[in-house]
Amino acid sequence: MASLDRVKVLVLGDSGVGKSSLVHLLCQNQVLGNPSWTVGCSVDVRVHDYKEGTPEEKTYYIELWDVGGSVGSASSVKSTRAVFYNSVNGIILVHDLTNKKSSQNLYRWSLEALNRDLVPTGVLVTNGDYDREQFADNQIPLLVIGTKLDQIHETKRHEVLTRTAFLAEDFNAEEINLDCTNPRYLAAGSSNAVKLSHREEILFKRW
Amino acid sequence: MSFLIDSSIMITSQILFFGFGWLFFMRQLFKDYEVRQYVVQVIFSVTFAFSCTMFELIIFEILGVLNSSSRYFHWKMNLCVILLILVFMVPFYIGYFIVSNIRLLHKQRLLFSCLLWLTFMYFFWKLGDPFPILSPKHGILSIEQLISRVGVIGVTLMALLSGFGAVNCPYTYMSYFLRNVTDTDILALERRLLQTMDMIISKKKRMAMTRRTMFQKGEVHNKPSGFWGMIKSVTTSAPGSENLTLIQQEVDALEELSRQLFLETTDLYATKERIEYSKTFKGKYFNFLGYFFSIYCVWKIFMATINIVFDRVGKTDPVTRGIEITVNYLGIQFDVKFWSQHISFILVGIIIVTSIRGLLITLTKFFYAISSSKSSNVIVLLLAQIMGMYFVSSVLLIRMSMPLEYRTIITEVLGELQFNFYHRWFDVIFLVSALSSILFLYLAHKQAPEKHMAP
Repeated sequence: MASLDRVKVLVLGDSGVGKSSLVHLLCQNQVLGNPSWTVGCSVDVRVHDYKEGTPEEKTYYIELWDVGGSVGSASSVKSTRAVFYNSVNGIILVHDLTNKKSSQNLYRWSLEALNRDLVPTGVLVTNGDYDREQFADNQIPLLVIGTKLDQIHETKRHEVLTRTAFLAEDFNAEEINLDCTNPRYLAAGSSNAVKLSHREEILFKRW
Repeated sequence: MSFLIDSSIMITSQILFFGFGWLFFMRQLFKDYEVRQYVVQVIFSVTFAFSCTMFELIIFEILGVLNSSSRYFHWKMNLCVILLILVFMVPFYIGYFIVSNIRLLHKQRLLFSCLLWLTFMYFFWKLGDPFPILSPKHGILSIEQLISRVGVIGVTLMALLSGFGAVNCPYTYMSYFLRNVTDTDILALERRLLQTMDMIISKKKRMAMTRRTMFQKGEVHNKPSGFWGMIKSVTTSAPGSENLTLIQQEVDALEELSRQLFLETTDLYATKERIEYSKTFKGKYFNFLGYFFSIYCVWKIFMATINIVFDRVGKTDPVTRGIEITVNYLGIQFDVKFWSQHISFILVGIIIVTSIRGLLITLTKFFYAISSSKSSNVIVLLLAQIMGMYFVSSVLLIRMSMPLEYRTIITEVLGELQFNFYHRWFDVIFLVSALSSILFLYLAHKQAPEKHMAP
């Protein structure tokens, strides 16, 4: 019935981009009615059928760890957050399509999470500059999700979507843009759902 | 001719202050957000610029720079503009942005923001009734009416911040109050936190599996809708959904626990950092300062009590009194006029700079703590309003620290206000704020070690 092995995926991003709504949508297939501040970390579980339809089909649980806070938090908050970054199998980076700064902060978020794993002695890379090489040999699959698509006016959509495509390329990741208040975006059979399950398969292959 | 030169000097300095406010806004306040409405940034910078100009005029008054009539003119103009901003513009924009956030009222934004502004004006006016701040010879719509009310609000704010700051400063600086935190404590808490997360995960896995089996068996697990649905759910409730609600309650309790543990761990990390900091040279220096400030704080509370009990308002300013003491008791003779000018310039300058810096730092901390991407505009405007009122009342109160010959310009410009009332009001609020901060910090300090010792 259920595998005892754990698959842990972090959901990172600035405050207010919609991580809690996204996680709720992914796990419960329902829209979150009254989102509120996430203090600390909230976890939810998504059921996934690995290799569906084949004889090797197995049901796994993907744990989505939604870590709250901002990149500029005090170092005491960062140290506490670091306890959640242990043995991570995948990372979902969430940014707000209406707020450019949240996309730029994704570099810092990924550095925070990845450095924890890469350098277990606790020495953080302090210059904070983005270095593509650090992501090149990164084994952890990344997924970039842009939220609040509905709030972008039709005319600006193209410009915003090109910008986010560059972002995803930088991370060597797949990207999805959606609106967390509309379950249609992740409905079965939609292109987004296909991308999602594709990423999940990669997750399992590497793990 | 000299008036033109003076005006151009004033305008240049105003532009400089405006630029500084703009940079501060961009680099410090809004560094994690995107500025979509530039009007907010403009209003903030304008408020900052005109407030700083007022302080600049005080300094010019003491140093005797610029022509006295042009100084007076600029005072009046500056005051009018600041009042216009604080009473008309900023509240209106605050109302406008609040209304814009509410989706329902989006269509008639202007109408509702005007209504909000009228409500604000009503309460603002009513504020003047319980206080004996005006003499009856003033008209209804005069500068004195507006300034007196702005002054009351600003002085209250100043006293609250002062009181809390006076108590909090030694508490943070001195290492006597630091709790002892070891690495084992932190590791133990972290382990508990991760265990709690694991428990939450296993319960959620059970819930997800139950939901899946129910879905596959075709049972209806949505909330029953309609009258008949409710009746049906009373009599025939599936055992699966009952289980779900039970587990959900357990999960809610565990999530609350995990939040508490997270906050406690953050606290412990912060305390550990402070302990390490206190062992450094800078830390020891601040510790020493902390003792000094605690004595100063006690003295200030004592003086405030004396002032209230004996109904005493100081007639002379510290500069003149200091000079008198030096001349009379220590027998040192020096040119009183020359020195009083320079010393009061330095003293007033220090007061101004520290209060501006302190206020900006406090505002930034406040802003980081409570703002989100939706409410950032409203909060910045509120902070601009507070900053403006704070600076106007600083001008009111600074009058007490200046020798008599420099006080006249403030008295002339601000009109016949009951200055004594404001000082008394400051003392009262300062006392209340300091005492309640002591109580609050004492309770917080007592409660913390018990929380973290619990198994």
